Amino acid sequence: MTERNDGPSRRRVLKGAAAGLVTAGVAPTIITSAYAQEYRNKPTGDTVTLGFNVPQTGPYADEGADELRAYELAVEHLNGEGDGGMLTTMQPSNLTGNGILGKKVAYVTGDTQTKSDAARASAKRMIEKDGALMITGGSSSGVAVAVQSLCQEMGTIFMAGLTHSDDTTGKDKRRYGFRHFFNTYMSGAALGPVLSDEYGNERRAYHLTADYNWGYTQERAMKDSTEAIGWETVNTVKTPVGAGDFSQYITPVLNSGADVLILNHYGRDMVNSLTQAVQFGLRDKQVNGKNFEIVVPLFSRLMAQGAGDNIKGILGSANWNWSLQDEGSQAFVKSFGAKYGFPPSMAAHTCYVQTLLYADACERAGTFYPPDVIRALEGHKFDGMGNGPTEYRAADHQCFKSVLVVRGNANPTSQFDLLEVVQEVPREQVEYDPAIFGGELGPYEVAM
Amino acid sequence: MDAILLQLLNGLDKGGAYALIALGLTLVFGTLGVVNFAHGALFMLGAFCAVALRKLLTLEKVVLDTENLTAWGTPTEIRTPYVETWFGEFGAVLVNYSVPLSILVAIPVMLVIGVAMERGLIKHFYRRPHAEQILVTFGLAIVLQEVIKHFFGANPIPQPMPENFAGAADVGAMLGMDPNVIVYPWWRLIYFAFSVAVIAAVFAFLQFTTFGMVVRAGMADRETVGLIGIDIDKRFTAMFGLAAVVAGVAGVMYTPLLPPDYHLGMDFLVLTFVVVVVGGMGSLPGAVAAGFLLGILQSFASMTEVKDIIPGIDQIIIYLVAVIILLVRPRGLLGRKGVMES
Repeated sequence: MTERNDGPSRRRVLKGAAAGLVTAGVAPTIITSAYAQEYRNKPTGDTVTLGFNVPQTGPYADEGADELRAYELAVEHLNGEGDGGMLTTMQPSNLTGNGILGKKVAYVTGDTQTKSDAARASAKRMIEKDGALMITGGSSSGVAVAVQSLCQEMGTIFMAGLTHSDDTTGKDKRRYGFRHFFNTYMSGAALGPVLSDEYGNERRAYHLTADYNWGYTQERAMKDSTEAIGWETVNTVKTPVGAGDFSQYITPVLNSGADVLILNHYGRDMVNSLTQAVQFGLRDKQVNGKNFEIVVPLFSRLMAQGAGDNIKGILGSANWNWSLQDEGSQAFVKSFGAKYGFPPSMAAHTCYVQTLLYADACERAGTFYPPDVIRALEGHKFDGMGNGPTEYRAADHQCFKSVLVVRGNANPTSQFDLLEVVQEVPREQVEYDPAIFGGELGPYEVAM
Repeated sequence: MDAILLQLLNGLDKGGAYALIALGLTLVFGTLGVVNFAHGALFMLGAFCAVALRKLLTLEKVVLDTENLTAWGTPTEIRTPYVETWFGEFGAVLVNYSVPLSILVAIPVMLVIGVAMERGLIKHFYRRPHAEQILVTFGLAIVLQEVIKHFFGANPIPQPMPENFAGAADVGAMLGMDPNVIVYPWWRLIYFAFSVAVIAAVFAFLQFTTFGMVVRAGMADRETVGLIGIDIDKRFTAMFGLAAVVAGVAGVMYTPLLPPDYHLGMDFLVLTFVVVVVGGMGSLPGAVAAGFLLGILQSFASMTEVKDIIPGIDQIIIYLVAVIILLVRPRGLLGRKGVMES
């Protein structure tokens, strides 16, 4: 007598469940790997190409040249040449000086000209014609936002260079864009308490602001942070970018009742407006029974050179300075100084760090496949790169680390010793809710 | 009242720069009939005469201190300027007064540059359309600024004024008003006085010398002057050199006010052309008058009280005035009939 059972047997159920589990577990891996073969500029030989998009002409050419020096140094170190620089101090690190994932690092360069359209064109050329797997560099927020947007469309990771506007990781943030540099909000948040300590809480501030996006965000950040410490804002005046002579905007400051002038300017505008403000005797002036003060929220050593002695004693903020004494900064300064004969700028520092962070993320992800590298960078915590413990916040791809409040050095010991660090403001003081600036990161996977 | 006086002073020193550059530009146009878009570059080259002289005066003897190392492990450098080693305090005075001293360098240098520019390039475009003159001179301006960038870098290079003039003058107290109400930088007052002096010298040269008289005659009727046996071309070449010198010395004296970089000439170029057009193409008094007028208007338009009424007026005032002048007086304030009207 046979027993027939048309229903599911225990064995068949177990077989089916096992097959289902295997399929559920393995299939996505197969699909992902299959998709992963399709990404743009996947390295097939023994090299991987990075695209360094920096201003080689135009007003920020000197800054761009310093960025390029830093990139060349980073490539040397990644390929196991030189003294290793920050590869020896970065924690945690999967970098061994054997290229990236065993492939030797090569690079191509582009000229942003500090113009959005030119920067996009050179980035596109490096991606489409030169096979660049990652784009990095730049010295302005306009360029960063434009290139970042292009990189999102093309599925190429963009590690921003010098960009300080809130928008880069705010309303214009992108999944494929990452910023190591700080922003205007962080400058304001870092400077506020120091200004309170140095100049007191009863001050009247007059803002001169560059008439473009970065200027607006810088002014807003400084206005918010100074009003939070009790200062009154007398006036906020927009000045044309590249005005050259700012004297017609400085004369109204003289008898405005303000006792602090905040120059929300960068680059040549900063050099010119600061020089002219000092010439008008503002720093020798007494208003409301107090010494008149000038504040420059964003300092750069390269720009400070242009302002000469006028920078002495002026407070501002910086992302990094070569005089920092931590192990990572010293290792980088030593490598850079030995190779080029002078210390690196903060733009050079941020570009060098960005390159190493990208390389390390590839190593940790075990692939160059951009979505996996992005996931490796998001929320990544590291140290030993010059600003103390740092995190690439996943929500907006903004790096959070300590911010430097600096002052123009009154007694420089060399031509490079222009800024002294007044305070390293901890990360907690400059952090903010990513929701305040809005924006959407966008998808991991993009159609090619 | 004090705010108005301050803006007036500001307009005068700003206008001084505009008038000086526009004067040279008009000299070239009035004599040679060339629209010289490289004139801003001449202003920039003058500024870099000051930069070069200061670099020369501050050349330093470098001694390596092997006991003190830099952060990157190389010996630190002890630098001493040669002029101070050689001439002691007099050397320090030379460095301190490098900007005014640069005028002595700029005059021959700019004269040579001006004549070389005219003989080497611009003379070949006398009979070509203005559009071609603009293209070639604009190209020349770009070449010149890239050459300067190659040798001096892209960053501005500060040029300190002599220490005695570094502060601000209490102009209010000088005028019998309350002290510290109207203070104005010494160097800007000096720049205004300097521009007035140079403009007066150029006018005196044209008005009271035989050479100037011939040039003026040539500007009015080139052919007739040629018919009486005068080589007017040589005199016009000299005027191009003079225009280059005027732009150059204007650039030298401007360096303490605006740290010069390779782009300085372009910053002034468009503005100065507007000044020339408002003044009237080819009119020297027109160029000077328009320079000061637009400087003063630009300064007043930047006052908060004015901007509160018309936001953004500070950025368009010069072009707005140009449009109005051209609508009301198409030849400009003091333009002559027949100039650029063929």
